[in-house]
Amino acid sequence: MATHSYLSPTGVEIAFVLVGLVVLGSGLLVVTLKNLVHAALWLIVCMGGIGIEYLLLGAEMVAWIQVLIYGGAVIVLFLFGLMLTKAPIGRTEELDVAHRWPAVLVGLGAAGTLVTVTVQAYQHTWFEPRDALALGSSEGLGTALFHYWVLPFEALSVLLLAALVGAIALSRARREDDGPDELPGEAQA
Amino acid sequence: MHALYPLILGALLFSLGLYGVLARRSAIAVLMALELLLNAVTLNLVAYGSILRDRYGTGQVFTLFIITVAAAETGLGLAIVLLLYRQRATADLGVQRELAEPVESFGADELAATDDYGVLR
Repeated sequence: MATHSYLSPTGVEIAFVLVGLVVLGSGLLVVTLKNLVHAALWLIVCMGGIGIEYLLLGAEMVAWIQVLIYGGAVIVLFLFGLMLTKAPIGRTEELDVAHRWPAVLVGLGAAGTLVTVTVQAYQHTWFEPRDALALGSSEGLGTALFHYWVLPFEALSVLLLAALVGAIALSRARREDDGPDELPGEAQA
Repeated sequence: MHALYPLILGALLFSLGLYGVLARRSAIAVLMALELLLNAVTLNLVAYGSILRDRYGTGQVFTLFIITVAAAETGLGLAIVLLLYRQRATADLGVQRELAEPVESFGADELAATDDYGVLR
């Protein structure tokens, strides 16, 4: 453990940095591309890369959930959203705000601040990702979830139900015979 | 592994998402940048869970919770964007000057007839 050095990176570190570069590159494409559909597709690469990073950090179960939920469901949701709002398929110039330099400034400022603070706080910290494997397996994570986190888990199920009902209520096409401002509850009253 | 690799990746990804939220005008592109922000946070959570290794597995469990909340947020957000598009025929955030239901405008004499709280007397 005493032989840690920047100059002799382990295989896990090299893989982490390479995949990290892919994640950052695809993330940059997601926020800068003029073509919305391409941006959504690059988001898949970004999410998959983050899933690989989870694997390298020893969080196996979280990695697969990331691939399933983000790489699958959320991206499909975005693509459906793009289709349903008749978003322009090709390049569009009016995708970004007119003056981008405040956003660049805020982004660079946040990056500089966060990196500086993190480097100062953690420059002498090393850890072994292999030690987290027991917790990151489906057995370990399920045990932790249902031993210590049952109440938040149940609360989340209620939240999901509320989001489901809310999304249905929002996207339900309003019928012609409904009054313009009439809520369904008021109709019976 | 050095702790800085995942933490710096999370920080840079967060900055990218921040730039995207501020620079994009299409509502769906803003939602995509929001996903980058949430993923930066979850990456940090998993990294800290690996570094600190508490017995409750807080980092990874909260990552699961955040993924769930993010899925709910995306579904609701897209439903709202869809509603906006249906009413205004555009999902461009730059032209959404007023988000209230359209009301008929008040004349000056009607405005003078309201009390301090804006309620018609």
